[in-house]
Amino acid sequence: MDFVVLLAIQVLYAVASLALISVGLAIIFGMMRVINLAHGEFLMLGGYAAIVATSNGVNIWIAMLVVAPLVVGLIGIVVEMTIIRFLYGRMVDTMLATWGLSLFLVGLTTAIFGNTTVGISAPLGSFQIGAYRTSGYTLFVIAVAVVLMAGIFAVLRFTRLGLIARGTMQNANMAAALGVNPPRVYAVTFGIGAALSGLAGAVLAPVSGVFPTIGVAYVAKSFITVIGGGAAILSGTVSASVLFGTINQIATFLTTPVFGEVALLAAAIVLIRLLPQGITGRFFRRGL
Amino acid sequence: MKVNRRKFVQGTAATVAAGMFGSSAWAADEPINVASIHDLSGGLDIYGKPMVDALTLAVEEANAAGGLLGRQIKLINYDTQSNMQLYTQFAQQAALKDKVAVVHGGITSASREVIRPVLDKFKTLYFYNTQYEGGVCDRNQFDTGVTPAQTVEKLVPHAMKKWGKKVYVVAADYNYGQITSQWVKKYVTENGGEVSSIDFFPLDVTNFGPTISKIQAAKPDFVWSALVGGAHISFYRQWAAAGMRKSIPMASTTFAVGNEHIVLSPDECNGMLVCYNYFQDLKNKTNEAFVTAFHKRFGADYPNVTELAMGTYQGFQLWAEGVKKAKSIDRMKVIEALETGISIDAPSGKVTIDPATHHCVLDVHIAEVSDKKLKVLEDFAQQKPSDTAAVCDLIKNPTDNQQYVIKI
Repeated sequence: MDFVVLLAIQVLYAVASLALISVGLAIIFGMMRVINLAHGEFLMLGGYAAIVATSNGVNIWIAMLVVAPLVVGLIGIVVEMTIIRFLYGRMVDTMLATWGLSLFLVGLTTAIFGNTTVGISAPLGSFQIGAYRTSGYTLFVIAVAVVLMAGIFAVLRFTRLGLIARGTMQNANMAAALGVNPPRVYAVTFGIGAALSGLAGAVLAPVSGVFPTIGVAYVAKSFITVIGGGAAILSGTVSASVLFGTINQIATFLTTPVFGEVALLAAAIVLIRLLPQGITGRFFRRGL
Repeated sequence: MKVNRRKFVQGTAATVAAGMFGSSAWAADEPINVASIHDLSGGLDIYGKPMVDALTLAVEEANAAGGLLGRQIKLINYDTQSNMQLYTQFAQQAALKDKVAVVHGGITSASREVIRPVLDKFKTLYFYNTQYEGGVCDRNQFDTGVTPAQTVEKLVPHAMKKWGKKVYVVAADYNYGQITSQWVKKYVTENGGEVSSIDFFPLDVTNFGPTISKIQAAKPDFVWSALVGGAHISFYRQWAAAGMRKSIPMASTTFAVGNEHIVLSPDECNGMLVCYNYFQDLKNKTNEAFVTAFHKRFGADYPNVTELAMGTYQGFQLWAEGVKKAKSIDRMKVIEALETGISIDAPSGKVTIDPATHHCVLDVHIAEVSDKKLKVLEDFAQQKPSDTAAVCDLIKNPTDNQQYVIKI
């Protein structure tokens, strides 16, 4: 029984971390149709922001939950204003530009921090479930994911900002005719997407450590989740995370981490074959 | 400078003449090139940087003492950036362009197997200075690191006596981890114990949550880690974060080799057992002089001289001893000189080349991680590389060229 609880926590953790690393990408992709290949590097920068802030005496929670998203959000806005802004509607060009940006960011962080793994110890200690022990930080990551998803839902559903964002997403010209300024909405959205990625990178930094090329490990998984989820930002991310996270973690338990990854990729291939529009192309179509 | 036709012809003639007579004709004043091929960046730089520092010191000491055969030594450093393709490229460059007398390098067993055939083909002497899984049998190569028969064989009974008979092994997923975990299994079984599971992890895996739960479900008496590289450090972090360090102890064949015990907090790794040839706190005169010289060169705040750094330092000294004995840097002459069973008085104690296997006879010690230091608990003098000796005899079969793998 206690092992089942432990297993459930691990599965929830896998789902939560997938949702965390994907949601920033989903917002940028879903709202603006920009394929941001520098997404992994936004996560990496979030990790570095948290670690640098912590080692300079900032409280670890403030470093992870405030400093990292702020820093990466600002970087996101600068990137939008200097690169992305000129490439809306040109998907291949944005892919090239963000790929270049990704290489640039990897090079820059390598030059500044060196190509070594840095990390911070996970706070919160551990707790007992029957005969087993697990890290309290695992529950924290799950909680962050839940709060974040609820927050995004509330903003999109109940606020004026969310209404404007959804309107611009559905029909930018009509929104402009009604007095909205689409370029500003895009800049803000891109900044928010980047900030969420920074937050995710920071929250996962104590678990995995950070090094300049860690983005590569994240970017494939987050793209698979976003594509598997389909057009709806929130329900897509959540449903794909639940599906892939569960499959990955159970396969890892039954076999090894290697086969866990294989199972995740195999599930993604089958899913895209059966549902080319992603999960929300068929189910939860009216979801956010 | 203006190049007229006469100057051009003179210059060309000189170059052509130099090419015709070959480098040996006027080599007496030229430095001896020595190549260092190590990862100075990327996931494996935790191992590579101290190795290159130790090699640098060894070369500088030799040069200050007048060089070798009256010639200075020039160390040529290649950074392979934890990238296997660069190993092939740089090994070729070292052999063909720089015409080095010897290559010291390779960290992971994968990288060694990449450059070994290249250096065999271009007849360039090769020193592999890393502790590894044993079994390489190649007359062109000398292995100065410890192998499982020297370390695992000692550490397994020590840990089993202390903690119990049931062992869970976690290992890196390439030849080193695969083969070393089999040695662990062999010695555990021979000592009347049981290996409940062996799990392998690619070098970029960072999420160990499910594995940690699986280990708890298996309830071993202790865990054996043969994990490698920067990403795998998160295993120890997550292990400690799950509160496991106090209930299930750990022994390792790789921990602290990359100074993990300094990167992690004492709370995350105190009490872990390791077994190597060298520890910085070894008490002998040669070592004390070495540590003083090392700190003078690289700063007193240098974290720790690692096992691999000492392997590299000793590897260079063994090669230099071979050159002195051969009175030449010719590859075959140096190999034959080394095969007489050369010894050096090294910081880790006496180190002797075993002629039949090209491995080393040396001292090993078991130590415990204690507040960012390694506290030596037990010493074993002059251990032979008996794992490799069981399968490899380069005196009888000088043309043997392969890596033998343990069969259970």
